[in-house]
Amino acid sequence: MNSALPPVIIGAGPAGLACAKALVEAGLRPIVFEETSRPGGQGTRRLSAAMSSEAIRFMGRRAAAATAAREADEDRVLAACDWRPGTLVWGIFGNHLEIVREGRHDSIPYNQLVIATGATDRIMALPGWTLPGVFSLGGAQVALKNHTSFIGKRIVMAGASPLLYLAAAQYVRMGARDITIVDTARPAGKRRAAFGMAMTSPKTLLEGLQLLLELRRHRIRRINGATLVRAVGAERVEALDIRHPDGTLETISCDALAFGYGLRPETQLAELAGADFRFDETLRNWFPLVDADGRAGPRLWLAGDSSLTGGRVAAAQSGRLAALSMIASQGSEVSDAAEVRSLRGSVARLRRFQAHMAGAFPWPHEAAGDLPADTIVCRCERVTAGEIRDAIRKVAGPAEVNRVKAITRCGMGRCQGRYCGQTLQELTAATCERPVADVGRLRAQAPVRPIPIAASDNDGHQP
Amino acid sequence: MSSNFDVIIIGGGLFGSFTGLFLARSGKRVALLERGLVGAQSSGANFGGLRLQGRSPEQYPLSLMAQGHWENFDGLIGEGCEYDRNGMVYFASSEASRDRLLKYASSSRACGLEIEIWEGDEVRRQLPWLTGSGLTASYSPRCAVANPRITTPAVVRAMTRAGGQLFEGTEVVGIDQGQTSFTVSTPNRPPMTAPVLVNAAGGWAGTICEQFGEPVPLFSAGPPQFVTEPMPYVLKPSVYAIEGDMIIRQTSRGNFIFAGYPRTLANDDGRHTFVPPQKTLNGMRAVGTHVPGFRNAEVIRVWSGVEGYLPDMLPAIGASQTTAGLYHAFGGSGGGFQIAPAVGECLALEICGKKAPVDLSPYSIGRFRSSVEASDKLMREFDPASSSR
Repeated sequence: MNSALPPVIIGAGPAGLACAKALVEAGLRPIVFEETSRPGGQGTRRLSAAMSSEAIRFMGRRAAAATAAREADEDRVLAACDWRPGTLVWGIFGNHLEIVREGRHDSIPYNQLVIATGATDRIMALPGWTLPGVFSLGGAQVALKNHTSFIGKRIVMAGASPLLYLAAAQYVRMGARDITIVDTARPAGKRRAAFGMAMTSPKTLLEGLQLLLELRRHRIRRINGATLVRAVGAERVEALDIRHPDGTLETISCDALAFGYGLRPETQLAELAGADFRFDETLRNWFPLVDADGRAGPRLWLAGDSSLTGGRVAAAQSGRLAALSMIASQGSEVSDAAEVRSLRGSVARLRRFQAHMAGAFPWPHEAAGDLPADTIVCRCERVTAGEIRDAIRKVAGPAEVNRVKAITRCGMGRCQGRYCGQTLQELTAATCERPVADVGRLRAQAPVRPIPIAASDNDGHQP
Repeated sequence: MSSNFDVIIIGGGLFGSFTGLFLARSGKRVALLERGLVGAQSSGANFGGLRLQGRSPEQYPLSLMAQGHWENFDGLIGEGCEYDRNGMVYFASSEASRDRLLKYASSSRACGLEIEIWEGDEVRRQLPWLTGSGLTASYSPRCAVANPRITTPAVVRAMTRAGGQLFEGTEVVGIDQGQTSFTVSTPNRPPMTAPVLVNAAGGWAGTICEQFGEPVPLFSAGPPQFVTEPMPYVLKPSVYAIEGDMIIRQTSRGNFIFAGYPRTLANDDGRHTFVPPQKTLNGMRAVGTHVPGFRNAEVIRVWSGVEGYLPDMLPAIGASQTTAGLYHAFGGSGGGFQIAPAVGECLALEICGKKAPVDLSPYSIGRFRSSVEASDKLMREFDPASSSR
């Protein structure tokens, strides 16, 4: 092991950046890999050049000023790092990261690694969800922040997710008016969860309630407790069919739909780096095993939403905790034991808040069992719910998602199961009537993203 | 559930599964034991080639018998395996490799296989996307492909329909040899007993051979394979560089599948083939060299699976030379998928005391009593570090 190697951070979102900052403060010069060309992450994604002049309108004067200060600070930190944007880390083998940057492969040894790859929308397949014009809620935000564009003129935002209200408010601030919100969560569940949310992070709860008031002021239509039936359209999405709590059906005409159900951690690299996984009953999903500081192995730390959903503030705090733990593991004096205790407490509290929020915005696992046979579950390989059920009924032994993948190709395409894996787990469990924790989870394989064949040209090795 | 059987088969790969199928159809009470899931290793993770060209001459009787079964797979098994008689091409780009290609072609023809030779402009016309000059190619229309991922489970289902019993997630931890029977112990089942034991444990078969006093120089490895995103369907036959550095085919839904040597040894836990990034990159580089049109294609998935190799690149099939009632079927050495139906049928006949239609003596485990000459194929297909093992 070469302790002279600089620490490596994958992901320049709030967690990775806070980690980098703490390492720089300790006199280190970490390598920071980021898949996109700019720092920021998803929730705090930086506005495009065209959008940045609209920052005040987009987020309000105070938030815009705070964001500008934070981004300037991040830039100062990155200037003191070995900053490598536009870098895809596609595999981890032994103590080497396999990367592609500017179309070329390279292999980077590491001694201490922080993975802060964040999260993406958690998707449950819906009939018609592969029609053009259907986005994830995060995708709708990217369209606005990155491409200065709405996803449509008559928009439905649907699902059960705090992003539902945030994305809608951002669209409204930028002038979108024809928006309908279909919140599939039941109001009773929200009321039950509110107490726990208020106890763990009243500030975050208040921010959410302010979004609701803002949307009400603009008379944005909001439907509560409905079920999504199907996205409808010939060439592209033209309407969303929903079922109200009283059983009546409604067709909402639209030219764009954004939907999602909370967040799903990006864990493939953590798995390739050797992390173990546990099933979280509350969030009904698999998460990597970490200690209170995010440590997942002798050389491995995980920070931010890629280890456990916690939101932006928890992500930054967990990034800092990981950095302090890395420094301590190298034998240096921990700067401030009280700070570590306080950070651990705060991260744990914010993650409990997210657990309560999962009660307010429940994952509609039961929808998987009811998916019509012709609904596409895996959009990369075009595998339907019916094909998956047939395969599960046919398998020789107990159904397990990796075997279902092998037989049906569900999860074998270019997204490697990131968008269909959650539906596949639930569909497998529902079809064979077993707990979802017992049917496994899709194993990660390198490359975690597609890599161009020409990348093998200049990797500095001879065949 | 009875724990007395006529035959216990260790290993739910394709050799074990076909053996179990044919035995169950002869009325034998069969237990098929699989440590993990059936068809999970090389039986399920191989290239899917049902290749007849380029086999060693002594393998042709078995290989041609097996091809008959593949051609009638639906009838034999009761469901499909995405069998596609797409044909197969070897190409050679140097004088030395051209000689080898012509030698393969004449031995294939001698065994009754139809082979076309393409030279010069004909190669250009057939394979316009291939780079290089002075290419020679041989085309075998009877070669085919199947989808290995779905094949073993289908064969096992047919076996269970015929009365055989499958035990997945059942690892053999001990074998006791009694007067007239073997008792197999596992952590999760009562001991199982049968007068006949079949060692079809693939990359792990060596341990059983050792226990019964007939050690074999078996090692486990797996060829790294990778697949691109779907592209327009343009390539019907499977195409193999005779040097072995690139094997390519396109599925009808558009993905290109690549494999190439050198093969990769299994990693230390022995249960997974680790595909080192350098192997993936070497394979990608070979593809980019032979087919420059692929340079901008993207690889979306890489995989491999453990299989057993023997130094002469021939499997071990048939009765034990030391122990009555023990039979072997392992060591596919990269060519096991295609011959598996015939391996299963011949071994089942032998176990039932009938004469197999193919002479199994070239595959006898007895050949390892004296040292076996390593095949030149082994030398070509493994990197030096592997073949020195």
